[in-house]
Formats: sequence, structure tokens, C-alpha cells
Amino acid sequence: MQEQQIHWGSSALTRVPYDVYTSPEVMAQEQVQIYRGNVWNYLCLDAELPQRGSYRTTFVGNIPVVVVRDSDDEIYAFENRCAHRGALIALEKSGKVDSFQCVYHAWTYSRQGDLTGVAFEMGVKGQGGMGPGFCKADHGPRKLRVTTFCGLVFGSFGEEVPDIEEYLGEEICDRIQRVLHKPVEVIGRFTQALPNNWKLYFENVKDSYHASLLHMFFTTFELNRLSQKGGLIVDESGGNHVSYSITDSATVDASYKEQGLRTDNDRIRLKDPSLLAGFTEFNDGITLQILSVFPGFVLQQIQNCIAVRQVLPAGLDRTTLNWTYLGYSDDTAEQRNVRIKQSNLVGPAGFISMEDGAVGSFVQRGIAGAHDLEAIVEMGGEGTSSSEGRATEAAVRGFWKAYRRHMGM
Amino acid sequence: MIDLLAICAFNAAYGNAIDSDALEDWPNFFTPNCHYRVTHIENEREGLPTGLIYADSRAMLEDRITSLRLANIYERQRYRHLLGVPDVESADDTSAVARTAFMVARIMATGETLLFATGVYHDRFVTLGGRLLLAKRVVVCDSTVTDTLLALPL
Repeated sequence: MQEQQIHWGSSALTRVPYDVYTSPEVMAQEQVQIYRGNVWNYLCLDAELPQRGSYRTTFVGNIPVVVVRDSDDEIYAFENRCAHRGALIALEKSGKVDSFQCVYHAWTYSRQGDLTGVAFEMGVKGQGGMGPGFCKADHGPRKLRVTTFCGLVFGSFGEEVPDIEEYLGEEICDRIQRVLHKPVEVIGRFTQALPNNWKLYFENVKDSYHASLLHMFFTTFELNRLSQKGGLIVDESGGNHVSYSITDSATVDASYKEQGLRTDNDRIRLKDPSLLAGFTEFNDGITLQILSVFPGFVLQQIQNCIAVRQVLPAGLDRTTLNWTYLGYSDDTAEQRNVRIKQSNLVGPAGFISMEDGAVGSFVQRGIAGAHDLEAIVEMGGEGTSSSEGRATEAAVRGFWKAYRRHMGM
Repeated sequence: MIDLLAICAFNAAYGNAIDSDALEDWPNFFTPNCHYRVTHIENEREGLPTGLIYADSRAMLEDRITSLRLANIYERQRYRHLLGVPDVESADDTSAVARTAFMVARIMATGETLLFATGVYHDRFVTLGGRLLLAKRVVVCDSTVTDTLLALPL
């Protein structure tokens, strides 16, 4: 079979060849250029490694990874793959260990990912054993560079990835800090298996244009505020973004009248509005902030519902989306209850996010056989700059800017 | 006395309401102040309270159906519930606690049938106005993964 070449019509970011979502060669290249390259991959939360020896298993691209806190309180990450025959070292999603031992032939590893023990290394009764030249220090799973920012743990295989603050850029750092300004607790975890390429979901997160068109929950129940102010921030690299909106109580009444689509009597309202009864916890009036970090991290604040999402490629048309819902450690019982109720808005069954699970599939199926065609990403112009309006695909173009740089395309 | 057969019949009607697209009937299987939550075995084991769906009133269940009918966008799909024999932990004249295993297949508009979810209902039943109703149903899925989206209730 002839190797498929991706043809980018031009250097502009306004056209995306559909091949990029369907080509196995592209997928293989992403694993090397992006996930094993100079990016910071979200691994887990600092709060998920509460004690010395606490570990979690996750993925960087398709590579299984262990993240663990050692007795020096530092966090280490290494490939979850035994140096001997390649079996998984840690089988559970999380746990607490003194050291790791591969179940296959009992090779052991320290919490920093060093090979520390080879079963029967010297053989048994003078028979067998490893050759004299075998040195444990030369063998071990590949280690990742690890960094934390506001309780988020990131890892990188890249030699030249900049420091996390530089990678995120000042504005993104500020916006992460805004939400993760005090200790958090996990209040739920869910995984969504999406039948589409990972890029379609990550683009969707960055697509502030679709939000009020696809997600009809707010408009149907007359909860939408057309007057909402907000904005879109795209960082210098293009790969990171923030979209936010502000409820301005002064304009609420006017906007209701301006809508004029139905009379007051016809208005469909929630029978139990406690679903959305929130409380003010950020003093800037921002009730929605969606933030993404290339290549697969999302932080959301939707009213009082706070969550992180990890986007992982699971195949050409399979994506694993891990949702981790958060509360603050100092939440009152009432505040915690509000967050739990509002989480009905997000996740696989979320009133305003179940559609995101569907549309990626619609695109993936729609582009079958469209290998010579391309998508249009021209809303709001051709650039990737920040703006006050959100009817723009600037952050999607920003994604392609970062993607093409990493991929050398 | 709420007996096994009454709970079996209740569950059969419950599954049938969803599977036959009589979704508007679904909230009527619950008390006004019910608790309904869809979660999975790992969250349940760790005591993590958030659900895929979390409702603490029948009105919230009604809102969900209204939203599914009018607001949410998802492909047309049906379920087929297969419910096990309830394991009745306790029962008297006015209340019962039971667990019932379920398997739910999802049939898409394309004609494809997939095993969508398996798990256990953790239930507390009460009688109210002579009717058996759910005061609490926690749907504990065996898998931590949801394929594409969860639209229809389990």
C-alpha cells in the first residue's frame, strides 16, 4: 500500500485536510512528535498522590505510565513497562507501594523507576543467571521529566520542553491559578469512550463558536444570557486557550426581553431549578471558564462545577476522555452538594456536554472517504489572536498552529 | 408485606417504560423526594459522591426527560433492559431494600445492538398511597467507561 501523504493546501490555518483524522501514518507520527516530544502531558493531580508511595497509572499518548510519590515527597513518572519482557509493572489504576514488582518474572523497581532487582540474577546453585556484563543501572523503563503547577502533575519525554510556566504562558497560568488556588479533592471520576479521533474532541473544546449552537439546554430552558460578556485567550504557541463568560446582572432583564421568542407563559423552565442554584466563589463574575493545554488537558469551571479532563488517543477513531470532578477541601456540605448537582451539566450524561460525545462521531463518520477534502476553519478570520467575542475559531486555528509545528507539517 | 414478586413486577414495568420510549412515565416510578444516581463500582467503592446523573427529586428526573425530548442532541437509540431476580435484603409492609442486577443493550438507529451497561440497582422501595415506589435507586455500573454518551436513563 502506498504511503498516504497529508497535503496541506497552504500554510494558512483555515483549512484542515480530513486525512489528518483518518491516516494511520499521522497517528504513528503523533505518538513520536507530540506525545514523546516537547510537550507537557497531564498525568494526574497532586492530590491523587496523597502519601509517600501513592501511585497512579495513566497514559502519555498510547504509552502506559506510572506516576508515584517517593519518600522525598517528589513525584516521579516512568513507563509502565518492565525492562525485561515488556509486561506492565503496575496493574491497578492506583495504590500504595514500597516498590514495584513485575508479576511476570518478579523484576523489581524503585519508586523512582530504577531497576533494583532481577530474580535469580546470579542463577540457582551456580546454574543460569544473567551474564556478567548485565548491569541493572543500564536497564529500566524510560523516565519522564515531571513538573507540577497548581496541583496539576505534568510529564514529558521531551529533552527541550520549556518550563511549565513558559509552556503555558502568563495568561494561561493566571487562569489555572484562578481556579486551582487552594487544595482540591476528587469527588468523582468517569471515563467516556469517544468514537472519534482525539483531535476532534480537543478542537471541540477550543471551539467557542459551537457552544451556543449545539448545546441547547440553556436556551431551551431560558437560562441563556445573550448579553454575557466574555472572551477568548489563545497563548503565543497557539496550543493553549481559555474561553470565558461573565454574568452581568445589570443586563439580565434587558436580554430576556430582547429574546422575545416566546411569551412568558410559554417559557419552559426547570421544574427543579436547584440543579443550577449556585453560589459566588470567584469575585470576577466569571461563571464559565474552559481552559485547554496542548495536547490533551482541559480545566473547566462551569458555575461551581470544577473538573479536569484528560484527552487520550486510543486509536485512529477512538478517544479516551477521563473526567475528574473536583471540590475544594474546605467546601461546606452545602457547597459540595451544589457541585455534585451541577455536575449534571457535564460528563457523559451532561446536559451541556453529552452532545460533545456525539458530534465527534458525526464528523468521524462524515469524513469517511473524504481523503482529498478539507474542513473550513475560518470563523473570526484567519488568525489565532485573543478576542472579546467568542464567535471565532481562533483557538482551533491555534491548535493547528501548535500541532503543525510539533509535527513538522 | 412487599414481596419478591411485587419488586419483580415493579422492575419489569420500570424497564419496559424506558425500553418502550415511555420516558415520561419513568419519573413516576419514584417518590417526590427520591434519590437517583448513576455511578460505577469504583466511585462507589471509594465513596465518591458524584454521579453521571444525580437527582434528589422526582422533578429533576422530569427535567431530564424534558431536556432529552427538547434540548439534547443525540442519535436515536433504544435500550433493552434485562433485569435479574432481586436480592431482597429486607422488606415489611411499607418499605424494602433490594439489589437487582441489570444488563442493558443499546440499539442504535443504524440497527447496531451493543451491550451498553451492566451493573446493580441498589434500591430502597416504599409504599405511598398504596403504590410501590422507589425512594432511592443507585445505579452502580460495573464498567467505569461509558460509550459515547449516556442519554436515556438506566
